[in-house]
Amino acid sequence: MFNHILFNLIQVLVVMAFAPLASGVLSRLKEIVQSKRGPSIFQPYRDLWKWFHKDEIVSEDSSWIFRFTPYIVFVTPIFVALLIPVLTKYPLFFAFMGDMIGGGFVLALGGFFATLAAVDTANPYGPMGASRTRMVGFLAEPVFMIVFFTVSFVAGSTIPYIVQEKWVTPLANFFMPSHVLLVLAFLMLILAEGGRIPVDNPSGHFELAMIDESKSLEYSGRGMALMKWGGYMKMFVLLCIFLNVLVTPWGLAGGQTLGAVLLAIPKVLLKIFCFLLVLVVIESSLSKLRLFRIAEFLGAAFITSVAAMIAEVFFP
Amino acid sequence: MSDTTNQLLDNLNALAAGLFLLTAFGIVAMRQVRGCLNLFIAQSLLLAASAALLGLRHHSEHLYGVAVVNLISKPVIVPWLLRKTSPAEIYTRREIDQVLNIPTALLIALSLTILAYFLGIPLLNAVAPQFRGPNVPIGIAGLLLGAFTLTVRREALPLLIGLLVMENGSFLAGISISRNLPLLVELAIATDGLVIVFIMGVLTRAVQKQIGTTAVGELSNLKETAGPPARETAT
Repeated sequence: MFNHILFNLIQVLVVMAFAPLASGVLSRLKEIVQSKRGPSIFQPYRDLWKWFHKDEIVSEDSSWIFRFTPYIVFVTPIFVALLIPVLTKYPLFFAFMGDMIGGGFVLALGGFFATLAAVDTANPYGPMGASRTRMVGFLAEPVFMIVFFTVSFVAGSTIPYIVQEKWVTPLANFFMPSHVLLVLAFLMLILAEGGRIPVDNPSGHFELAMIDESKSLEYSGRGMALMKWGGYMKMFVLLCIFLNVLVTPWGLAGGQTLGAVLLAIPKVLLKIFCFLLVLVVIESSLSKLRLFRIAEFLGAAFITSVAAMIAEVFFP
Repeated sequence: MSDTTNQLLDNLNALAAGLFLLTAFGIVAMRQVRGCLNLFIAQSLLLAASAALLGLRHHSEHLYGVAVVNLISKPVIVPWLLRKTSPAEIYTRREIDQVLNIPTALLIALSLTILAYFLGIPLLNAVAPQFRGPNVPIGIAGLLLGAFTLTVRREALPLLIGLLVMENGSFLAGISISRNLPLLVELAIATDGLVIVFIMGVLTRAVQKQIGTTAVGELSNLKETAGPPARETAT
């Protein structure tokens, strides 16, 4: 019991500590592909440090939502990290609190408040970005539903610890069409939700073209740091769900000892690094879609997920 | 062969069929001519993979033959023939228009797929249990999606690819229920397909020479206006 609480806390610490690193590695890799040197992979940590030591300016026309939001954005990925398998194969102390759908709701809560806060200050760019984020969000929602529906249909459960077992026992299950198609659909979802390139340009500084970034334009100092850190952690948590539950459920700790759990950390990080390489290839070979093409992109994701569902429902 | 290997082969075959379905969707929705052609090549490779896997699963040399013929004729000869016959301008066209917008076309394609499953599942009851793969419904879906591509596209080359997708679909359904398809039949059909590609390519070139475009959807306007066609900029 005590062990499980400890492991759960380690899990949260891993998410908090390594999420900025994943972001730094990703941007460094992208810069290398573009024949630049790029910032150090530790740059996100330095940015966070800098923001935490700066003054915070809050518009006096803003309401409590604006001040409250950074904390929600920061805390929701931590909550999700308690629920999902980040390091261990077996459910930990807090895992009973919610399944994958619960985790999805908690993550959506953070997004919801970030949107409200962007509208709150009446900065001209904030509401624009917020409404665009909502557009992407509601187009992504049916795909999420179909993916979760199919996953729960295959595994008979929406609890991630049961789902991850299902895909690899026996190994032939890994090649089920429903599995591969789900992975493809979820990959497109991660690109859309994480604001990655075919949908949104995370390194863009042009306000009119921003989707995700413009929500934190009004923040400064500690609020900015929390928003950014929350964003890194959200991406990290999504990657953990994607890699540990759907794609490669190997390398997680099976034993109950502290050593086994600590040993799982480099394995999980290695998996994430491999996925970041794939992400770099995707981001470097595609261009950003026009706003109204996003509907087609997510339509393709929807079709993929429904194809997975059909393949599963008719051939169990 | 052991049970686990068989299961693995079945799953791999199902995976090839599932990706086959995905490429058919892609061909319905893709905007670029070149993208359509690439998807078609991928689809033919998946068809060959499915045939090879089924051959391995059921120990049938005929299916290996089908795989080899497919591997040579569609991904290699068809693009080569098209490049030789049809005008080069066609490959640089990016934004080809459709009758329907893309999300609508995709949703209709989706309902066609579900229809194909409802048609295909009863057919499966007629064959022996070990042949009941997803090939038959997905093959029918490929047939329907190819026909759908023929209706919504207005550009010559994607129309041709729609026709070839129909052929691919019927093959995908065929290889799973008839293990002993004579190689002669397969060869004959492949040759037939190549002849169709050749004729269509030449026809496309002729159309382009006549009216200066390959957007054959615009041809329906010709019969309504008495005057000269709107875009008479033949090169």
